Amino acid sequence: MTATADEPVEIDVAASSAAAVKKVGLFGRLARNQSVAIGAVLVGLMILIGLLAPLLGATDPTAISPAARNLKPGVERNIFTPAGEQVTRTFWMGSDSLGRDIYSRVLYGARISLIIGVTVAALSVAIGLVIGLIAGYIRWTDGPIMRVMDGMMAIPGILLAIGLVSVWGAGLVTVIFAIVVPDIPRVVRLVRSVVLSIREEPYVEAAISVGTPVPLIMFRHILPNTIAPLIVQGTFICASAMLVEATLSFLGIGIPPDVPTWGNIMSEGRSYFRIHPHMILFPGIFLAVTVLAVNMLGDGLRDTLDPRLSKRI
Amino acid sequence: MKSVLDIRNLTIALPKGSDRPHAVENVSLSVGAGEIVCLVGESGSGKSVIAHTVMGLLAGALKPVGGEILLEGEDVLKVDEARLRELRCTRMSMIFQEPMTALNPVMTCGDQIDEVLRTHTSIDAPTRKKKIIAILERVHMPDPERLYASYPHQLSGGQRQRIMIAMALILEPVLLIADEPTTALDVTTQAQILELIRDIQRERGTGVLFITHDFGVVSEIADRVAVLRLGNLVELGPTEEVLRRPQHAYSRMLISSVPSMTPKHRDRDTAAIVVLRTDGLGKTYGGSSFFQKSRPVRAADDVSIEVRRGEALGIVGESGSGKSTVARCIARLIDPTEGRIYLGGDEVGWLSSRVLRKHRRRIQIVFQDPYRSLNPRRTVVESVIEGPMNYGVSRKEATERAKSLFEIVRLDPRALDRYPHQFSGGQRQRICIARALAMEPELLIADEAVSALDVSVQAQVLQLLDDIRDKLKLAMLFITHDLRVAAQVCETIAVMQKGKVVEYGLVADVFNTPKHVYTQELLKAAPGKGWDFAAFAPA
Repeated sequence: MTATADEPVEIDVAASSAAAVKKVGLFGRLARNQSVAIGAVLVGLMILIGLLAPLLGATDPTAISPAARNLKPGVERNIFTPAGEQVTRTFWMGSDSLGRDIYSRVLYGARISLIIGVTVAALSVAIGLVIGLIAGYIRWTDGPIMRVMDGMMAIPGILLAIGLVSVWGAGLVTVIFAIVVPDIPRVVRLVRSVVLSIREEPYVEAAISVGTPVPLIMFRHILPNTIAPLIVQGTFICASAMLVEATLSFLGIGIPPDVPTWGNIMSEGRSYFRIHPHMILFPGIFLAVTVLAVNMLGDGLRDTLDPRLSKRI
Repeated sequence: MKSVLDIRNLTIALPKGSDRPHAVENVSLSVGAGEIVCLVGESGSGKSVIAHTVMGLLAGALKPVGGEILLEGEDVLKVDEARLRELRCTRMSMIFQEPMTALNPVMTCGDQIDEVLRTHTSIDAPTRKKKIIAILERVHMPDPERLYASYPHQLSGGQRQRIMIAMALILEPVLLIADEPTTALDVTTQAQILELIRDIQRERGTGVLFITHDFGVVSEIADRVAVLRLGNLVELGPTEEVLRRPQHAYSRMLISSVPSMTPKHRDRDTAAIVVLRTDGLGKTYGGSSFFQKSRPVRAADDVSIEVRRGEALGIVGESGSGKSTVARCIARLIDPTEGRIYLGGDEVGWLSSRVLRKHRRRIQIVFQDPYRSLNPRRTVVESVIEGPMNYGVSRKEATERAKSLFEIVRLDPRALDRYPHQFSGGQRQRICIARALAMEPELLIADEAVSALDVSVQAQVLQLLDDIRDKLKLAMLFITHDLRVAAQVCETIAVMQKGKVVEYGLVADVFNTPKHVYTQELLKAAPGKGWDFAAFAPA
């Protein structure tokens, strides 16, 4: 810069607008990242499948037809509807030991799995964020809160689920609660670590010295920095919640067996696994693809949202 | 004189989309045996790029596209990786700016030097050890036997830099590249390291390419100076010649921007009211927790200072002297553990945060790092109006005030809606000053506010602070490690060492007749004290 002290400092408008052009928008960067694109498409597909299950040829997932038990995938059978009509139906993914259509069950199962994944992620992130902000910013609360969190982390999720089921009975709320509780401390730790590093930034100290009240400092200057890592952590929680739900249902301590979830379907197929592997195969594939997609989305988001990592792209 | 390094028409391309096509353009430069050539320039001038290219350490994105680099006649741009590895340490060596990260923290210092010998020679172990002890002695390390077995974290910054020098010189290379080797060190340590490099270089006839941004260092050490500007070599000549009669306008501007060591005379208004007074201010860190034994650290101890309206008090000292702790206690970013702070007539050191909020706006602070002082996610106008809006000023009125403040700090008010990353370091520091002024404070604290800036930008910001102080009759507390800056800005000065104020008085008195041993040492160690750069003549 050649400007002397007495001249006003000209800001090179052209240079700064060139910098602005170079900075591709967030969505542009997200779309350019392959794992974000693939992950988002697959997750979107699963959501559509869950929502549009009735339009995709799925019938009542709980309807039993004793004449069509243990069918191989792709077999056609005449069955009676509850109304008493006889219809011909193709069992695309075969049927289970009670003659229920696995295709319909898997499609409807997507609903439960996604609801659990998203709800658990949203709840644990929301609760963890609030607790983490408090523990990170208000010094004296840090010790007590973090020791409680350590305690919560020590509770094995499956044991908690068994305990809760015996008290409250099996159900969606019980399962969600049992998965949320051990996940909260993970979010709290993450948020707290971000807060601890950001609160030492000079711009936060500048905000303190211009008299900004503490809640505003948290909301304006600290909270935005936690969003990127939280989105990433949220997707991982979402994926693991679906897995844990499947595990709980598989063990028979999750969602009641009449509700179709991927875990339940696999749990019921367990005893016939050697003769009829399709009973476990199809829900297994759906679960694996969904979890993979959510994880890819999370990985991609981390790469795109973290400025240090995004430089490599 | 035989030249050991010959850089001819070197051009290095920057990746597409950068602000200029070449990092370094058509640079020719030579270093003779037994000669120290200083490569000077501001940040982004390409001086480190040249050093890294010579060593073959260039980042992948940068490509040499023209010219040659002859090390004793051999072009290092053309040799393969194996030969380059052979050349490093045996023919050419490099020491870096940050001695902590340049050493491996999990290896003892002796092992790290030993590694050089094991890689490049076939000397047996006892001889190697003897050689290492000898070189440790040569770089003036106390107790070399013990240091051989020490880990880097057990040493001070200056000692670590000595280890780096020992490692670089153990195989007696013909060329030593020093990339800002003293920038991270305190001024007294810097003086010792410079002397060491000079001594060893003379004794062994090593050619040194010394990279620095500091003309004080240049005047101490250089035989010849090369001035770089945006990748172009604008001036090259013997040190004295360049310092006395710089040919290029840029070198002239750069050299004249270096603040003088002679204190600037300022008229004092002895009737001015005292804005800030501290009385026995102290801060002790540490204290015991459940699992740890108490290990208290007294960061500030019995600090009593005062600042009058329209005056600046400088607090100088080396790192760890407690000068920033004092500033942060006064701004109440940390709570003092002893003593009192009077702002006007009000005691603010022990106020609860609720009562303190009323007084917050009266003290404002400008921080060192312009890149972290502004929230990157908010436009600069949001940052400037945040304070006034906290005290009930409407958004419209605050924005109007921000516009006029931008004019005061000489920025274009049309740039208010931009984000911090669209401004340079110096411009950001101006924005921070505008943010502080928006509160109409009585006391402005500048905590190393110009230390991270290039010397020409630093001169502009110092001028700006001076103007503002005169115009608004502000009291200023100026924290700095740079005696030159303190000499130009302050009326009074407090020298701190290990948390205590060891000397306190008028700037002219302290500079001309320092009483305390530590002050004398500091003044003696200041690089380039023999030159008055702005006058282009020896002081």
